[in-house]
Amino acid sequence: MPRMNAAQRHVVDFTLNGQKIRAEAENRMLLSDLLRHEVGLTGTHVGCEHGVCGACTVQIDGKPARACLTLAQQVRGSDVRTVEALAPGAAELSPLQAAFRRHHGLQCGFCTPGILMSLDALLREQPDAGREEIREHLSGHLCRCTGYATIVEAALAAAEEQRKEETPNA
Amino acid sequence: MKSLETAGGLIGRTVERVEDAGLLTGRGRYIDDLPVRRDTAHLAILRSPHGHAEIRAINTSAASALPGVSAVLTGDDVGRLTRSMTVGVKANVECWPIARDRVRYVGEPVALVVAENRYVAEDALDLIEVEYETLAAIVDPEKALATDAPVLHPSLGTNLINERSFRYGDPEAAFATADHRIAIRIAYPRNSCTPIETYGVIAEYDPGEDAYDVTANFQGPFSIHAVISRALNVPGNRMRLRTPPDSGGSFGIKQGVFPYVILAAVAARVAGRPVKWIEDRLEHLTASVSATNRVTTLEAAVAADGRITALCWDQLEDCGAHLRAPEPATLYRMHGNMTGAYAIENVAIRNRVVLTNKTPTGLNRGFGGPQVYFALERLVHKIADELGLDRLQVIRRNLVPADAFPYRTATGGLLDSGDYQTAIDRACAEGGLDALRLRRDQARAEGRLYGIGYATVVEPSVSNMGYITTVLTPEERAKAGPKNGAQSVATVAIDPLGSITVKVASVPQGQGHRTVLAQVVAERLGLPLEAVRVNTELDTARDAWSIASGNYASRFAAAVAGAAALAADRIRERLAAIAASQLNVTADRIDFKAGKLFDRDNPDNAISFGRVAAASHWAPGTLPDGTGQTIRETVFWTPEQLEAPTATDGINSSLCHGFIFDICGAEIDRTTGQVRIDRYVTMHDCGRILHPGMVDGQVRGGFAQAIGAALYEEYAYGGDGSFLTGTLADYLIPTVMETPEPLILHHETPSPFTPLGAKGVGEGNCMSTPVCIANAVADALGVEDIRLPLSPSQVSEWLYGEERPPSKPQDSTPVATGASGERLLTGSGSADVVATRESVWTMLLDPNTLKAIIPGAHEVRKVSDTHFRAEVTLGIGPVKGRYHADIRLSDMVAPQAVTLSGGTEGALGSGRGTGRVTLTETATGTRIDYRYEAAIGGKVASVGGRLLDGAARVVIGQFFQALARHAGGGGPPSAAAGFTQRLLSLFRRRR
Repeated sequence: MPRMNAAQRHVVDFTLNGQKIRAEAENRMLLSDLLRHEVGLTGTHVGCEHGVCGACTVQIDGKPARACLTLAQQVRGSDVRTVEALAPGAAELSPLQAAFRRHHGLQCGFCTPGILMSLDALLREQPDAGREEIREHLSGHLCRCTGYATIVEAALAAAEEQRKEETPNA
Repeated sequence: MKSLETAGGLIGRTVERVEDAGLLTGRGRYIDDLPVRRDTAHLAILRSPHGHAEIRAINTSAASALPGVSAVLTGDDVGRLTRSMTVGVKANVECWPIARDRVRYVGEPVALVVAENRYVAEDALDLIEVEYETLAAIVDPEKALATDAPVLHPSLGTNLINERSFRYGDPEAAFATADHRIAIRIAYPRNSCTPIETYGVIAEYDPGEDAYDVTANFQGPFSIHAVISRALNVPGNRMRLRTPPDSGGSFGIKQGVFPYVILAAVAARVAGRPVKWIEDRLEHLTASVSATNRVTTLEAAVAADGRITALCWDQLEDCGAHLRAPEPATLYRMHGNMTGAYAIENVAIRNRVVLTNKTPTGLNRGFGGPQVYFALERLVHKIADELGLDRLQVIRRNLVPADAFPYRTATGGLLDSGDYQTAIDRACAEGGLDALRLRRDQARAEGRLYGIGYATVVEPSVSNMGYITTVLTPEERAKAGPKNGAQSVATVAIDPLGSITVKVASVPQGQGHRTVLAQVVAERLGLPLEAVRVNTELDTARDAWSIASGNYASRFAAAVAGAAALAADRIRERLAAIAASQLNVTADRIDFKAGKLFDRDNPDNAISFGRVAAASHWAPGTLPDGTGQTIRETVFWTPEQLEAPTATDGINSSLCHGFIFDICGAEIDRTTGQVRIDRYVTMHDCGRILHPGMVDGQVRGGFAQAIGAALYEEYAYGGDGSFLTGTLADYLIPTVMETPEPLILHHETPSPFTPLGAKGVGEGNCMSTPVCIANAVADALGVEDIRLPLSPSQVSEWLYGEERPPSKPQDSTPVATGASGERLLTGSGSADVVATRESVWTMLLDPNTLKAIIPGAHEVRKVSDTHFRAEVTLGIGPVKGRYHADIRLSDMVAPQAVTLSGGTEGALGSGRGTGRVTLTETATGTRIDYRYEAAIGGKVASVGGRLLDGAARVVIGQFFQALARHAGGGGPPSAAAGFTQRLLSLFRRRR
């Protein structure tokens, strides 16, 4: 990595939701601030900026990561996905999102984008994830509205639906 | 949306929320997402590191000079442009949103920086120098009342800011003739429902019109708008307050953003440009608001059969450093229902409000209920136990009878409806109480610790805006004029194409108000859900609103949805008249269904809703005489039952009173002291249910927060006022792993006082669940003084007694506590130096030498010959921070001895101390002896005493070893120095 000057902004080239992005950021700028205030994608929310609440979770090269604990410069060359990329079309919801709506898995919706990004990665990597795996993954997120039960139900329903789609003859 | 719901049956159905598509796809619009003017600058706030201190001086010159900074403000600047915020009691005290001469809690704003972005603004905060003189702090509400306690507000002369006594019925006679008098004492801790979105404000000022325009994620009540306008010294119409479309949760907490509305508004005025402030989580935990902590003594006069004939309440409420509006409302919200679900005729109450060096309190889900019901329901358990009666029997014996509603309580509340006996019977049967008892008996037979607890709660909702005036005496109230009621407002509008827009001043924070309002209005007008669009953004310059507007006191379903129904009904009536004239029938025969208006007796005689609805726009001349327009109908609704306090202090503090009965089975791990909720049943009567899915969500959400309050969460303070739970790693919010699933049951008795029969539901479990769990734990352990949170360490203390000191003490020096609660450290040591006394003496007085030898020093400045200032970075355990140090020299006997005294402070804590250094000539050079006494406070003091003692010894040792090295030599003469030397050699190697 080239030597960078703390007083200057430096170019960050990366892929965001499938599109090439060239942004500029000071060395100390957080990925969460870059996404929200430089790129303008405000779906990624900031709840604590010390890595506990999970609201800012995005996927970096397919893995869930806290955008508030990641410097913008760290995603050079990476593939970043945010909640804005989940829906298959403008007026559609992904099966996971639709399950959240059906099961009332959200109220204020502030923690939801981070939870969706974690669960999306989980259901991709472990399509057979059950209640315990889902709870384990959710334990990295704080939700103050729902009491979590409806989130777990939504995730279970989405996993079930995904399994059905993958094995249509089963 | 998958189906077009048509006429009828929309209310009471779990339809999908209209809010969700946007929120699930990242298209929510929370305050930090809103577009702002291009010249908007960012605000950061310098906050007090001390619980109590005088501000001697603030130097902002370096901060102002930093490129990118457009304004720096102190308390004096804010004071010049604003007025003190209104205080809700008669007391000689001011209440400012920023410290003036004195800081009174950790986190109190001290200075404001406006800069081009938040990063630069925070850089500038580091450059502000504040000189504090610390004062003894007081955090315990009972100790704050002592005559020799430090006083927070000298103008008040005491920390007791308000006291009132009340008497209803004849409590003295009841106590005098009672078979038993049974009392309990409760110290209820502080906690907060901490929304995941923090506060945010965007403010601008127009000097041409002397008007402010502020957007904030404020939740109401909008009575606070008056407080803001008065503080900013403008009429209400020059203080435009708007709320964003979405809000990331509140639970009462976002009422507390209003002091920051004032600060951001003034900052925008001074900076001459719009200012945006987004609170960070550390600020939020330290200095937003929390619930009150309260010390309660509650005594009951009890008959032999367990019947309670009188209650005597003594409540000591701790509102923190300032009495901020609407406090002391936490203490008075429950006033009409201080007898809970019970028919108790005689009540005495003494309410005292005390100020301490803690963050000012404010709204928090449950608002006053957790504190009251913890005492009342613990006492009911205790009464049963002391009299040898069955606990459920005692509860049942005292309930308000089912045929007594509406029931006037002793303190003036009017319980609207209920059937508590049936609700309890159903909860016991459907909740499986018999099986739970068997489970408990079996667990106990196996030697396990298992208990069952109950809680019976009346959940008030829709606050009477006049209840807070109960804090005034009847004479004061007479002078000020009566306050009462609670205006709810809703507007239903029809556009030229006949589609419906609903506008309310309900300021939802995620509950789903837009969905429920669409259900209510669509049902009333016989339309599909999608035909109605709801807007819940509030703009005080354009919308209909009043002081009761906002989202608090669980008022939505009962009051706001009710007002929307009334507005829809008024439009419906006129539409029916128009349709009747066109269909040639009388209006009473017109029905609304599936987008049509038709003759009930001849459904083929019909006309489309759109055609009738649009007539007021396109052809007003064709409307039947006296019909009026159907374009827009705004309804203000205030229930007649919400009367002002009576001359004898009776107050119906809330319109609706839901009912909750909870059963908890809990097991305690004997080894770890961990409390596990084995089974939880919660029975609710919230009147008519408008949307079962949302009611379920409210109950689960409140329950999860109550689990936190009962088992994990506490806003903890050190004796010196330091705040000990300032991160989410210290303030433990339950995750999915810690949140059990309750069994939720409902028993509906519609409220006769609300348009839809609904009551509030969102806060009840915050009132019932903490005490229900505590009762279960008390049952398991046989302990009376149950204190929250029920952490394993707390429970272990009851199981095993207090932790004994280690058999081999690591520290021979006893740990003492300073006058203001800091941790005291003492120590001594020595070092040998190969240099003359004179040269060592010169080095000690030279800033360049000091910079080289003070551990972590970046800079040492010589203020005078005997005064130095230093900037240091120190890490102690996991806590690393930057500190300003102030060092003074005294008692100088050159070149033999000098006393160094000074203080250091930073965001993580503060220290002060004195050290005597003596220099003795030896054969090889000079021997330096030192002894010191230091006091350490703040967050750093909480990292653990042993660690701190050791670390202080290392740091002080490092200083003298570095001095020895700098002077050219030095050996390891003292025992402590051996470790120091090893550490130092490590550092040297790294260099």
